[in-house]
Amino acid sequence: MDYKVIIKDVLENNDIGPGDISECYGDEVRINATALNFKNICLGLHKINRSPVMMLFASDERAGRGVFVVTAVFMAAKYKKWFFVNMDVKKESPAFDSLSKEIYSATFFEREIKEMFGIEPKDHPDMRRLNLHDEVWPEGAYPLRKDFNAGAKSESAGAYEFKRIEGEGVFEVPVGPVHAGIIGPGHFRFSVAGEPIINLETRLGFTHRGVEKLMEGKDVPGAIRIAECVTGDSCFGHSLAFSHAVEKICGAKVPEGVLAARAIFLELERMYNHVADIGGIAIDVGFSFPSNHAAMIKETMLALNQKLTGSRYLKNINEIGGIKKNLSAEERSYLRKTLVQVLKDFKDLKTTLLDSVSFMDRADSTGVLRKKTAEDLGVVGLAARASGIPMDLRKDFPGIYDKIKFNLMKQDNGDALARLNVRLSEFEGSAGIIMQLLDKLDLQAVEPSGAKMSIKAGSALGYAEGWRGAILYWVKLNEEGIVERCKIVDPSFHNWAGLSFAVLGNIIPDFPLCNKSFNLSYPGNDL
Amino acid sequence: MLNIFRKRLSKGVVTRPLAGAGQVLPEGVEVLGEELKKEIYKKFGRSFHIREVDTGSCGGCESEIIATTNPIYDIQRFGIDFVASPRHADALLVTGPVSKNMVLALKKTYDAMPDPKFVITLGDCALNGGLFKDSYYTAKGANNVVPVAMHIPGCPPDPALIIRHILAFLHQYK
Repeated sequence: MDYKVIIKDVLENNDIGPGDISECYGDEVRINATALNFKNICLGLHKINRSPVMMLFASDERAGRGVFVVTAVFMAAKYKKWFFVNMDVKKESPAFDSLSKEIYSATFFEREIKEMFGIEPKDHPDMRRLNLHDEVWPEGAYPLRKDFNAGAKSESAGAYEFKRIEGEGVFEVPVGPVHAGIIGPGHFRFSVAGEPIINLETRLGFTHRGVEKLMEGKDVPGAIRIAECVTGDSCFGHSLAFSHAVEKICGAKVPEGVLAARAIFLELERMYNHVADIGGIAIDVGFSFPSNHAAMIKETMLALNQKLTGSRYLKNINEIGGIKKNLSAEERSYLRKTLVQVLKDFKDLKTTLLDSVSFMDRADSTGVLRKKTAEDLGVVGLAARASGIPMDLRKDFPGIYDKIKFNLMKQDNGDALARLNVRLSEFEGSAGIIMQLLDKLDLQAVEPSGAKMSIKAGSALGYAEGWRGAILYWVKLNEEGIVERCKIVDPSFHNWAGLSFAVLGNIIPDFPLCNKSFNLSYPGNDL
Repeated sequence: MLNIFRKRLSKGVVTRPLAGAGQVLPEGVEVLGEELKKEIYKKFGRSFHIREVDTGSCGGCESEIIATTNPIYDIQRFGIDFVASPRHADALLVTGPVSKNMVLALKKTYDAMPDPKFVITLGDCALNGGLFKDSYYTAKGANNVVPVAMHIPGCPPDPALIIRHILAFLHQYK
């Protein structure tokens, strides 16, 4: 059995020939579909791979080929392949058949395509805008079209309509966009019957900055700089995913030492974020001692990052084909020493939390996201693993992770405690991964890459398992190495819907706990 | 419970003195902090309260602002704290390039504050849009929406730098 069976299945069930299917880079299979068979091919790939829509995006190729192109991406983890389905959409009153009624995970992507390109997903059940809020953005201005005029004035196109839940004793609690804590902006509208939440509608987009448009026209170093600022808690993960895409396009051979060093930084990012979230979960049930303890560990990790790379948030390290900062023998031993100390502190933190009956009572069975729901929504990463879905790009598309031993941390309950447990084990797991990688690095020193890469035109998918989940970058470069189109999918984009379902039946005072147990990114979602 | 006490005693006080201030303030910040505590006591009635608003930041600035309140930097020891409502705030701390979607919310938050009030911007984005100043969707900095009294530069500025800037500002404040 290999991935050819999937290709065979696609060929058998659709009116296309072998010439419409091509393979690139060893991990991408691209299928050229037409308006007639696009939907059927997508449904087939969705079913056979049990993969949600990992990406669904458009690009404006009217200048060259006179069409828009819509692309859907599915993951075949079993065969370590990504399946792309491309379809041309004519430029006059562009439209395509919506997938949303059959595949829920396509919903938000299609709404995004509509507001950014003005391409209509026909029969889509919910056509409200996501990021370009009706109150400040006019009808008919589509920012990601190439001929978009940036000087568009702010003007209202009406007001956003929230879903109304009606019935005796049902009332609404609106929260945000400005929240009580030091945190990103978003609007939550709870419909409550008595105490339990019966509906949560999340309106995001408040941190929309037009990242994808800004990417266009940038050279590669400029684009890496933007990628690092997509979401401030995953600077390295995002720059890594972007670099990966460009390296695939240019055919760069990245030395193993560089891959190992990158994995170390990726795990360091995972560690500081996980410990911060563990503290956040504690403070959101009012348990301040472990939260301060976690804050101290986080600070130690950030100071470690600073010492190793000169940046507390691991910015400005990646470049195409290499890393800017070599880890010296001294730094490696310092890293080892710090990790040993941190693990000791972390064990105390873990004991304090798990020994507290009142804490466990709050976290246990709160905010349950069932496995079936998570699969339907296309939830990825940490939240998926806590709901019993064994999904981790470090296992599915391992790269350097192939050479080390680590466990995929899976829980089955899908509650806040499960997400906490995944974090607790992954924190220690990451430290183990770094230790193993350090042993490898000792054998093979990283040469700082000074070599100039030869830039090629083309497009590719770059990916990295950030601490929240799969960070995906689809990048298209032209001959001069300028970014023509870059589609970014942060795991938060998949997972926000998961939060809306996890809170159902819980009480509003438990919302901070549910929210923190996911800790999704506002800027990563809003772009 | 015993564990907690044991941990507390074994860790001791972890708060670091802000030594080697050089960058913003020439004299020892700790000493100045003590003086400021007295000034804050007089000028702001015991304590200085800040309300933070994220207008489209990547979250890096927020992470560093939160870090100023951790046991290591402990900004509260100078009589400065972050509050949940603009009604309780003396100052508004703004991060991010101000996404169009946040213009109204930022204005409303500012209007909800009692006088005297002032705005501090934090991070390169909040000054003029930073990396996002050429975007179709940002107001290119907070000063296009609300009057700004002071800016803290950095991407993101680290916690010690944030504390030093705030202290320096309060020192001049009449």
